[in-house]
Amino acid sequence: MNSELTHRLSELLEQVTGFIYPNEIEIHWSILIVVYPYVTGLVAGAFILASLVKVFNVVEVRPTYRLSLLTALAFLLIAPLPLVLHLGRPERAFEIFLSPNLSSAMAMFGFVYAWYLMGILLLEIWFEYRRDLIVWARQKRFPMSFLYRVLALFSTDISDKAVELDSRAAKIITMIGIPSAFLLHGYVGFIFGSVKANPWWSSVLMPIVFLMSAIVSGIALVTLLYMIITPLRGKPIDIRCLDKITSYLFYAVIVDFALEGLDFIHRLYESEESVKILSALIDQKLFISVLVMQVVLGMIVPLIMLVAVKAGRLNEDLRKLFYFTSCILIQIGIFSMRWNVVIGGQLFSKSFRGLMTYKMEVVGVEGLLMAAALLIAPFLVLAVLLKLLPAWKEAEEH
Amino acid sequence: MKRRDLLKNLIVFLPVSRSFFSCAAQASGTAPIQGYDPDNHLYGMGIEVSKCIGCGKCIEACKTENNVPQEPFFCRTWVERYIVRNDKSVAVETVRTTQKETRAAPNEKDILRSFFVPKLCNQCEHPPCVQVCPVGATFQTRDGVVLVDSDRCIGCRYCIQACPFGARYLHPEKRTADKCTFCYHRVVKGLLPACVEVCPTQARIFGDLKSKASQLVRFQRMNNVHVLKPHLNTEPKVYYSDLDGVVT
Repeated sequence: MNSELTHRLSELLEQVTGFIYPNEIEIHWSILIVVYPYVTGLVAGAFILASLVKVFNVVEVRPTYRLSLLTALAFLLIAPLPLVLHLGRPERAFEIFLSPNLSSAMAMFGFVYAWYLMGILLLEIWFEYRRDLIVWARQKRFPMSFLYRVLALFSTDISDKAVELDSRAAKIITMIGIPSAFLLHGYVGFIFGSVKANPWWSSVLMPIVFLMSAIVSGIALVTLLYMIITPLRGKPIDIRCLDKITSYLFYAVIVDFALEGLDFIHRLYESEESVKILSALIDQKLFISVLVMQVVLGMIVPLIMLVAVKAGRLNEDLRKLFYFTSCILIQIGIFSMRWNVVIGGQLFSKSFRGLMTYKMEVVGVEGLLMAAALLIAPFLVLAVLLKLLPAWKEAEEH
Repeated sequence: MKRRDLLKNLIVFLPVSRSFFSCAAQASGTAPIQGYDPDNHLYGMGIEVSKCIGCGKCIEACKTENNVPQEPFFCRTWVERYIVRNDKSVAVETVRTTQKETRAAPNEKDILRSFFVPKLCNQCEHPPCVQVCPVGATFQTRDGVVLVDSDRCIGCRYCIQACPFGARYLHPEKRTADKCTFCYHRVVKGLLPACVEVCPTQARIFGDLKSKASQLVRFQRMNNVHVLKPHLNTEPKVYYSDLDGVVT
């Protein structure tokens, strides 16, 4: 047997407190499975932000519309990677599509993912960019002109009627897209929430908590990207746009905070048989990541900052600083929340008598470096997408 | 052939050929034992808690019979030792087979009661592991045993998370989920599971729930039987006689 694994598990065995079942020493869902819901959450959140423009006609947010769509696409393209890399037999990953077990929440991944990628996101982006693709195909030289023609699927009609049709199609797709985005991330929450063996996960609120935190993280990310990219382009940041987005962000954080608070109070009040071990879990294993990072830094401080902006008459620069800081803190908070759910749920024994330890690898397929690479990869994809499909040209024309 | 016809034929051909090959593989790999009809059986196990002496022979036999890695982190079956002290505090530990026991002997006067509890896959009637497996690699046989097809398992480990009893592990070499099979390869030939065969005190009783004459049905008739974590409604088929309330 792999002596490195034996050594690692023997080490972990010494750090067990109380009693655990012998098979529980290995923490099976590693940091890659923390990255997965974080990344899909960003996809869903970014898409919801985009839908504000298309469906709810929030004009102030218009400058971030295309950026939101491309961000969602960039992260969605990377989303399956942590899952595949984490599999014991990654070469069989495609079996999920070929022979799905219909009673498995996880088996639905293939369908939800394919539907969201092909049915919603790519279609919406195509309709949004079709006119521009045709124009670029005419303006640019070979081979870019050919690439744009291919991307436009060789369509050439840019009459007002055709463009009007594009816009209507994009609107309809967004309308279908909102419940789809809810489905995509709600389903990720369901994967955890439906595990009745695990009291830390098993909660009917889990899908909705995942969804709200997805919206929070997605909006915060697009805000951050907008605030970073716009000055790099040498353009002024539209403060009206920022005020509007962060106002939505503020409400989303409040709902998310309320839901998570409700879940916590509900568990404490019901005090089921698992309450002792879960208290020990928070106290001994997750104190920093739950209380300090997720609740205080990730929620309360950003909320105070956003309230301060709303209540006080702060000048533009200070507002930007507050927005930027709170968006970064929110990212830290949501990542910690994913960590606390995924890793936290595996740190206590199902005998409710002991706690385990997760020792993250640094190198290795399921290690810290890989997780960091997977978190950086979507930004590289986004950079390519933004180069290929500039996000602001049309916005400036309006 | 027109393109439309070709596509139509492909749509029919691909799934049909796939199911044909899987049938053929099943036929060649696990040819049914002659005269054995799984519909006539429903397997379960009884555990007479008071008879277990914690010798760990069952663990050794299981590891040898089923090529389970020798390390203590991978178990298809294990034995827990419970010590309830006078102050009602409970100490639990797993009986080890691979190394000499180094634990300090508890002070006898301090002990209220003490006993051993063998554990294994409960072969649940409603197995959460089967429900969550994304590719159907974990399945329930018609005679009530939950098995893992290691040629199909993708190693996602959702089943390990879903099992309330900690009965599953990831096989370190195969990189697929693994668990107790009730020694299915032996049972269908009329033999007993290895752990039952070697138990020196006959604390484990294997049998057919469909046969009134089976030892297991007799065990259920003569004892107060309990199952683990009944509130989860998985309906285990491993039954414990006079199970202590502190056992989780």
